[in-house]
Amino acid sequence: MPANRFNGFTDYGIGIGLRLPHYQHILTRKPTVDWFEIISENFMVDGGRPLQVLDQILEQYRVVQHGVSMYFGSADKLNREHLKRLKTLVKRTKTPWLSDHLCWGSVDGRYTHDLLPMPYTFAAAKVTAQKVREVRDFLEIPIAVENVSSYTEFHASEMTEWEFLTEVVELADCGILLDVNNIYVSSKNHNFNPYDYVNNVPHHRVAQIHIAGHRKFEKYILDTHDHPVLDPVWQLYSRALKLVGNTATLLEWDDRIPSFDEVHHEALKANQFIRQFEQKTASV
Amino acid sequence: MKRSKPTSLSASSSKKPRPSKVASARQLGELQAAMANAIMKPLAARDRMQKSSAPVADAIIKPNDRLTSFERLEIYNRQYWFRILDCLYDDYPGLRAVLGDRKFDRLARAYLARYPSESFSLRNLGSRVEKFLRAEPKWAAPHQRLALDMVRIEWANIVAFDEGAKPTIHVDDLLGRAPSKVRLALQPYVTLLEVRYPVDDLLIAAKKGDDRLRSEASNAVALQHKRAKHINFRGLKPQRLYIAVHRMENSVYYKPLIREQFEILRALQQGATIEKACAVLLKRRGSAAKDWPSQVQRWFKEWTSFGWFCHP
Repeated sequence: MPANRFNGFTDYGIGIGLRLPHYQHILTRKPTVDWFEIISENFMVDGGRPLQVLDQILEQYRVVQHGVSMYFGSADKLNREHLKRLKTLVKRTKTPWLSDHLCWGSVDGRYTHDLLPMPYTFAAAKVTAQKVREVRDFLEIPIAVENVSSYTEFHASEMTEWEFLTEVVELADCGILLDVNNIYVSSKNHNFNPYDYVNNVPHHRVAQIHIAGHRKFEKYILDTHDHPVLDPVWQLYSRALKLVGNTATLLEWDDRIPSFDEVHHEALKANQFIRQFEQKTASV
Repeated sequence: MKRSKPTSLSASSSKKPRPSKVASARQLGELQAAMANAIMKPLAARDRMQKSSAPVADAIIKPNDRLTSFERLEIYNRQYWFRILDCLYDDYPGLRAVLGDRKFDRLARAYLARYPSESFSLRNLGSRVEKFLRAEPKWAAPHQRLALDMVRIEWANIVAFDEGAKPTIHVDDLLGRAPSKVRLALQPYVTLLEVRYPVDDLLIAAKKGDDRLRSEASNAVALQHKRAKHINFRGLKPQRLYIAVHRMENSVYYKPLIREQFEILRALQQGATIEKACAVLLKRRGSAAKDWPSQVQRWFKEWTSFGWFCHP
């Protein structure tokens, strides 16, 4: 299922997040990278250097947009200004699909700039799915929603997180950006088996996979994106590949960002799991 | 499904207890409003969550075998403040240098409590710091005036960095046109500043050696603040200065102006015709302004070469 209608029938390989400390390296050395994921909000501006850099990147690389503030799960109405700017950027990047998070983060026009977890209820799923549909209809490209890492659970929840994710994507008929690091982080924070999660999402809807590092504290794990990917996350990734197929994979590294080569090398470790998957598939 | 006892979700609904369930869009909104209020509430001493948030935490959040409801909600409360404080730290290194870390931190927390983000983009988080400081100068005491000048140039810096550009007007476009009829606008990314301190030089000094780059949006968690680079501004004497903050080839520059240049540009920005804008020069210099046509021509030639002018 590498190419499907949720990722615009593309067949992207291993990408990395386009981050500011690497701009110079990328623009001057022009390293071979299958694709870059950009944070949409960093380029939803009217001019200046951000757009100049983006245009230079677009001349040579494939770019996919990933957002952090659409807040599909907020009870607030969608922000039309946000949507308009996003559509302008979509036209510029020609992103084959667009992802954002299965979360909320704004109330009455005030923004927390965080990815806050949803109460897993049928009513919340309905509200969320409706907004995903509205965004997709406005932007006219496939949408994939990403599971977030979380540190709380709600009394109000009526189902597991993976059941909620499934409910939303089925109602919205959209794709999934399966973040296996987030699954691992949440599984430790909420005492569930991460393999139950990976085993039970609708695999045919997975448009993309995220991998990242995290940090362990005494009583919980924090999703910091400031480390290499840890072994349990690689194992979960391997399991996801078996179920989902060889799918576009992206390493996120957002804090304490090392050199471009180090980040790229870490991302390319995914290749060994992809090869294992392909060998097993070929031998069947 | 585990349910909690009916309870209030927020201060505003404290007289009308509501069950912690989300069976409608309205109830989803209520839960989110209650949680957002707790998350955005200023941190207490030692960056702990205020105890007044405990009822909300108990009402909506499950404890687990390691953390209470309060502690779980507190993670988000701390995360919220660390993230937005970090962003303000990045956007105002000059103000940090003027005030020092502790004062800046106090000002930033007060500002963010008064003006929480109303934009999907963190780029706009500091857009109202000038307004805040004008209303509550005590946060910058005893350097209120310097701090205000610094805030203005730092916001102008952000505007110059990524504000849009309109098609530029060239000198040739003005040839043969009557100055009494022509109106020019300044590019949206150009900010004219009248200040009392050389904040352009101070900001460059504050940024020197600081190779950090402005924070980008991401879903990573900020864990620590950065420290201010201290600059020596003791003994600095106020002087009236004029600066245009602009960009060329996508780099930000501070262009010193003389008063007449500033006033002409400001008049144009306010919608005056070229003739009216230039009248200020005659008024100010009187008979000494004999060579003013050639002087003004040189200025306009330079400004158009910078690409500053566009159609109103």
